[in-house]
Amino acid sequence: MTGHSTSSPRPAPGSRGLPLRSLLTALGVLALAVIPVMAPGLQLLVNLALAKGLAVLGVTVLLRAGQVSFGHALFFGVSAYAGAFCVAALPGADLVLVLVAGVIGAALAGLLVGLFVVRYRGIFFGMLNLAFSMIFWSILEKFYHVTGGADGIRLDRPTVLGMELGRGAFELVLFYLAIALVLGLGWFTLRWFASPVGQLFQTIKTNETRLEYLGLSPRRVLLSGYLLSAVLCGVGGSLMGMTQGVVTPEYVWWVRSAEMVFIAVLGGAGSVRGAFVGALIYEMVRVYASAFAGDIWQMLLGAFLLVIILFAPGGIMGILDGLMRRATPARAPARTKEAGQ
Amino acid sequence: MKKLFVTTALCAALPFGAFAQDKPDTLKVGMTTFLTGSASVFGVPARDAMDLMVASLNEAGGINGVPVEVIYIDEGAGAEALTSEFRRVSGEAEVMLSAISSGNCQTLAPLAEDLQVPNLMWDCGTQRIFEENDYKYVFRTQANATAEMMAAVVYLLKMKPDFQTIAVVNQDYAWGRDSWDIFSTALKAMKPEVEVLGEFFPKFGSPDFSTEISRLQALRPDVILSTSWGGDLDTFVQQAFQRGLMNSSTFVLPLAESSLERLGSSLPAGHVVGARGDHYFLHPERRDDEDFKTFVSDFKESTGSIPIYSVFHAAQALEAMKAAYARAIEENGTDWPTEDQLLAAFEGLEFQAYGRPITLREDNQGIEAQLMGMSVQTGDYPFATLEDIMIFDGAQLLPPVGETSIEWIKGLDASFPDSVEAASYDN
Amino acid sequence: MNLTIFLLALFDGISYAALVFIVALGLTLIFGVMRILNVAHGSLYAIGAYATASLTSYVLALGFAPVLAFPLMLVSAVLVGVLLGGPIEWLLLRRIYNKPEVLQLLVTFAVFMILEDVQRLVWGTQPYFQASALQALGNVTVFGVTYTVYQLILLPVLAVTLLLGLRFFLRHTVIGKLILATTEDREAAQSIGIDADRVFLFTFVVGAVLAGLGGALASPTTSILPGMGADMIVLSFAVIATAGLGQIEGAAITALLIGLGRSFAVYVWPEVAVLVPYLIMVLVLLVRPEGLFGSPVARKI
Repeated sequence: MTGHSTSSPRPAPGSRGLPLRSLLTALGVLALAVIPVMAPGLQLLVNLALAKGLAVLGVTVLLRAGQVSFGHALFFGVSAYAGAFCVAALPGADLVLVLVAGVIGAALAGLLVGLFVVRYRGIFFGMLNLAFSMIFWSILEKFYHVTGGADGIRLDRPTVLGMELGRGAFELVLFYLAIALVLGLGWFTLRWFASPVGQLFQTIKTNETRLEYLGLSPRRVLLSGYLLSAVLCGVGGSLMGMTQGVVTPEYVWWVRSAEMVFIAVLGGAGSVRGAFVGALIYEMVRVYASAFAGDIWQMLLGAFLLVIILFAPGGIMGILDGLMRRATPARAPARTKEAGQ
Repeated sequence: MKKLFVTTALCAALPFGAFAQDKPDTLKVGMTTFLTGSASVFGVPARDAMDLMVASLNEAGGINGVPVEVIYIDEGAGAEALTSEFRRVSGEAEVMLSAISSGNCQTLAPLAEDLQVPNLMWDCGTQRIFEENDYKYVFRTQANATAEMMAAVVYLLKMKPDFQTIAVVNQDYAWGRDSWDIFSTALKAMKPEVEVLGEFFPKFGSPDFSTEISRLQALRPDVILSTSWGGDLDTFVQQAFQRGLMNSSTFVLPLAESSLERLGSSLPAGHVVGARGDHYFLHPERRDDEDFKTFVSDFKESTGSIPIYSVFHAAQALEAMKAAYARAIEENGTDWPTEDQLLAAFEGLEFQAYGRPITLREDNQGIEAQLMGMSVQTGDYPFATLEDIMIFDGAQLLPPVGETSIEWIKGLDASFPDSVEAASYDN
Repeated sequence: MNLTIFLLALFDGISYAALVFIVALGLTLIFGVMRILNVAHGSLYAIGAYATASLTSYVLALGFAPVLAFPLMLVSAVLVGVLLGGPIEWLLLRRIYNKPEVLQLLVTFAVFMILEDVQRLVWGTQPYFQASALQALGNVTVFGVTYTVYQLILLPVLAVTLLLGLRFFLRHTVIGKLILATTEDREAAQSIGIDADRVFLFTFVVGAVLAGLGGALASPTTSILPGMGADMIVLSFAVIATAGLGQIEGAAITALLIGLGRSFAVYVWPEVAVLVPYLIMVLVLLVRPEGLFGSPVARKI
């Protein structure tokens, strides 16, 4: 995190994945897309996982700069509450409006908090983020008459492009919207990493002083990435709020921030695809553990995390990459460094 | 309403009479309850009781020969897990029982309506649900916050008519805030000269009330209200007791029935205790009945504790369900009711668990009597029991259908406490 | 605000701060030496409280005097430190010292999740209350307000004793100096023959004992119930980050600051009492990112 990390410097990350990877990604997306038809019971779960995955992607972006935020649930919550207030103020507001309001809220909060926190690195960066999120959490809990306190406020179903939909249709719309956003924003993030700003951003992890020698302000570079991560969390929060129909201070509670970092590492720290794969697996484990193991789901998740960290530090994507390399041994050496894209 | 019901029943019976619903192998019921988190002080005893009651129901042949199977969902696992689990289970269950938390009820009631699955709100208190929306699939098998708080106000005014000052220490979440809104509005209407000396809303799950207690000792209010429950209530009462605050002020604790056993000797005599309904393991009108005695002793034997109100609420939900199935089966002359027949049977249903009988009124809200009492340490038990018990008629404590609670309360006056029908018992 | 109320708020603030400090002390010691922010500290705190309540109830039920509750607190704290702290360091942390900080933190987070469920499996969900220690000491009345001797006098005295004791231990005993040397430069310390592994194990156990002791001392004043650890850990994070990570004296002053801020808030504007610790933390970190007493490298103890 503060430069004594053992992972090797990342090569220029581009979109030139190996064909097998692209193929698998396409298959994965296709598998998701047919869920409402093939396994409708999973639709809501996957929808929530994708929303969470977008927020995890936000955390992942910062991980690329070697920074860990323990307060990114802040943007998740800000955006969800912005959406809820928007619907409360303008009954029958449109889904697009809710999403835009959420993203604007998250971006503003990201700018405000970002301006302060980009001065810090490592543990201080993480703690300061935590402090901001806890302040917002206390405000949500405390100012009951505005925020609904611990029970939160309802986010009634918005219209979709002017149409009022029933729950079933609305959820279908949300589901495909989530997939579209995951694809679009995932692709954008990959492109961003490959862009000049994105390259500079990732230099913060490996060698920050180099940036200063280049005459660039590391703070400004970090801020741009911070904004992107806040917006990604915001989109996730808006989707989550609309899917749940209610937003609560629990969206901002520190355990949720920790959970996002948890999923990012589970999927493969720094990996864009890993964020979503991680979120999907995490939600599955969590729901099925809580359904079939009753009250020890937390313990199972904790043990799962320990196993991953101790035995597969590259996360799930690291394991998958290992499998893929074995599948195509001849071309392996050239691609080892692409791991975790 | 009755006419509507008859019509519905006829409509349901005529066309479908020929295709009577097949009896299922088991009647699956989904129940959300807190198995983790601080509210598991209610959720776990309720689940234990449910297991017990369902076992004995199935032993006696289940519902019309169909055994009941309860699938539990943990309310403490977070909102996402709860909603996804609710959906998954509601796919296979015929009836859902949810929830304990008012927040979860607010989320799940509209969801149940959309999913078209009959849902009995078995423990949550928020009065808003039926005042703000109409529901076809959602029923509440107990009273709500309004009736519970009104009982506390009326009892306080009957027992301590001369108090002048009050302070409140409630948990900082919807229940703590809403219950104080109702209580203070009622006080203003019925005894406007009472002065509110302090309002404290320490955060939910607060481990320490020392500062609040110091301040209350300096303020010296005649009455201290706290609608807290679980660990928060225990901590508050214990700390207040240790520091002598309970000698100088009368405490009004509308949920303390659920903490009696844990508080032990720390709850001295002379403080007002409520039970969110007429729930008490020594219920003066029921304690000599065979079914009540068996239930209390069975529960004690299997869990080691006395049954508390959440246990009685779970029993009410189960009894309501049994009564509705029996009624639907009988009125339609069928082996097993369709969903519409079942919903029709819930309308205006009367049933009884381990308190007075309960009726569901036309807005699907349950009418449940309210029991209040004064704590006393008799030495018969290692904890406080109740004396000067009053049981209030539930219907009079609720606003008429269609009116919101706060508006209704604002229209009341000092004569209200005497107008409520109350049965008094020495203990 | 008159003088009486000022003094009352002061007393409340001090007794609250004392408890928070004792918990934060272990956390900051571990961080100072091992550079690991131990999320599981909150669980150790909770288990310390549970263990004390169970042990005390058991022993008192055998008919012993309530004064025995005090040594039992120490016993529970040491049990927590040795039986839980030891294995956590030995089996888990030791494998990840060369991993990125985020992984170290997540390992302790995973331990936290596991221990939360372990507590529930062992002690169930019903709140425990065991106040014999507190009742044994009786009450004292100041300005017409009754305080317990336990909270008003014993806790602050213990906190100060622990602070001075730890200071003395680190600066004037051989083991303490070994710990400081390892903290300054692990490799150099190893090259002169210090067994860094043992120093780390020892430090972690001491930190865990302090967490358990915090829980043990809190146990007579509060209901012990699931989730109490999660709340305490954020509060102690706020304390040690505000103080400067690894700053022992700083943690004492920050705990006092936060304790007083909170109790004065209850008197002046109760609605913001929850906000106070985090507000103080953000304000301090904005002005001094390394914390009130921290040096920029945050390594000193």
